[in-house]
Amino acid sequence: MALQSLDIKARSATTTPSPSARETMEVAKLIDISKCIGCKACQVACMEWNDLRDEVGTNVGVYDNPPNLSAQSWTVMRYSEVEVEANKLEWLIRKDGCMHCADPGCLKACPAPGAIVQYSNGIVDFHQENCIGCGYCITGCPFDIPRISKKDSKAYKCTLCSDRVAVGMEPACVKTCPTGAIVFGTKDDMIHHAEGRITDLKSRGYANAGLYDPQGVGGTHVMYVLQHADKPELFSGLPKNPSISAMVGLWKGITKPLTSFALGMLAVGTLFHYVMKGPNEVSKDIEKEFENES
Amino acid sequence: MNRNPNDIVRYTAYERANHWAVGMSFILLALSGLAFFHPAFYPLSLLLGGAVWARILHPFIGVLMALLFIMMFFRFWKLNIITQVDKEWLSRVKEMVDGDDHNMPESGKYNGGQKIMFWLAAVCMVLLLVSGIVIWRAYFSGLFPIGLIRFSSLLHAAVAAFMIALIIVHIYAAIWTRGTIRAMLYGTVSRAWAKQHHPAWFRQITGGGK
Repeated sequence: MALQSLDIKARSATTTPSPSARETMEVAKLIDISKCIGCKACQVACMEWNDLRDEVGTNVGVYDNPPNLSAQSWTVMRYSEVEVEANKLEWLIRKDGCMHCADPGCLKACPAPGAIVQYSNGIVDFHQENCIGCGYCITGCPFDIPRISKKDSKAYKCTLCSDRVAVGMEPACVKTCPTGAIVFGTKDDMIHHAEGRITDLKSRGYANAGLYDPQGVGGTHVMYVLQHADKPELFSGLPKNPSISAMVGLWKGITKPLTSFALGMLAVGTLFHYVMKGPNEVSKDIEKEFENES
Repeated sequence: MNRNPNDIVRYTAYERANHWAVGMSFILLALSGLAFFHPAFYPLSLLLGGAVWARILHPFIGVLMALLFIMMFFRFWKLNIITQVDKEWLSRVKEMVDGDDHNMPESGKYNGGQKIMFWLAAVCMVLLLVSGIVIWRAYFSGLFPIGLIRFSSLLHAAVAAFMIALIIVHIYAAIWTRGTIRAMLYGTVSRAWAKQHHPAWFRQITGGGK
């Protein structure tokens, strides 16, 4: 997807500034899990708007269908049945998909210039025409979101409907949600909205209700209201303190330009060695020994 | 073609072909790998026909290099066993680099530096092959946990950078020591070269003659 182009905050594998003449407001999608009824209208809306049709799979015994994200399914509902308190069953349904991190691991790991961009509004978008299919975005992502298509070997994931947002519309999933569990607006407004929801949930006995906006990835532009914010893992394995893995940081950090420089210096150093020490030739004495033979 | 009967054969045709097959694979791998290493090198991916082709071909060339290197390894490993003389040579390597070889102990077919190069290259090859398979997204990454993939990505990049440095030194040593490259190009070295740089080897094959 590529509609916004003058408001690029970060661009994969790019060491110079990107077009950033335009500045937009930071947006966020807020998913209130306590309001979600698991109808999957958001999954359908996502398919509709983005013209995606996943293969019809088989029922795996639970409501999760399709059972996982794919290049054609950019959002899926994940259902988990938990007893947080004894004898009190809770059905926690989480709409999974890209979190649009402020510090995106996919973008950091991507080696292809411009295959992943982050707009100033916070949306992290894949530009498939620049994607080379290496899968480094999967390696970098703390949430296991990107999927490589088996058909074209390009990486795909939720765009937060960047094409709709660019023209002032809300994402398709937000528009369709029948219970208002998904809302969209500026990030500040969404945090404010979440506060009201959390107060309400607390008054209803969910003492640990809270906002999921993990700071380990600089905050996200898809946030959750969780009934049990102290235990995000209950929600089908939502990571508690996600951050870009230290190994990815080391792999993609300052070490690379430093190593590149060192290799260059080594190559140049050999030239200087040659001109300063001279070649390692056979000594004249030994050469003379063999002169008569040849 | 050997027009000077006094020259000494250092490498057979098979050994030379094997070496250059590994060498060419390495150059293609290093240049295409650098393209993914840092954006400054991204244009190098054009060497293999663009970045997508580089991504597709790099791992296959890697497997090819590993196979070719295994053949070379079994041909040369015995000649590269490190002896007391080599340790002595290595302890004086600073003098050698400084351009003074008068106190260097007498090397056999390979000196201590060459032997270290051989073993480091072998270790790098193993690490690159194993980590490379783990990060080969098209066929294998799905079989491994994410933590291992991250570790392998880091390892692959680090070992590759180290090996590029190793090969820069390898190539330079061959250029620096005049009369060496012909050994790998057409197989022979002059008697003087052998006596100067590998005296123990020279004695061994000439039976102590001059």
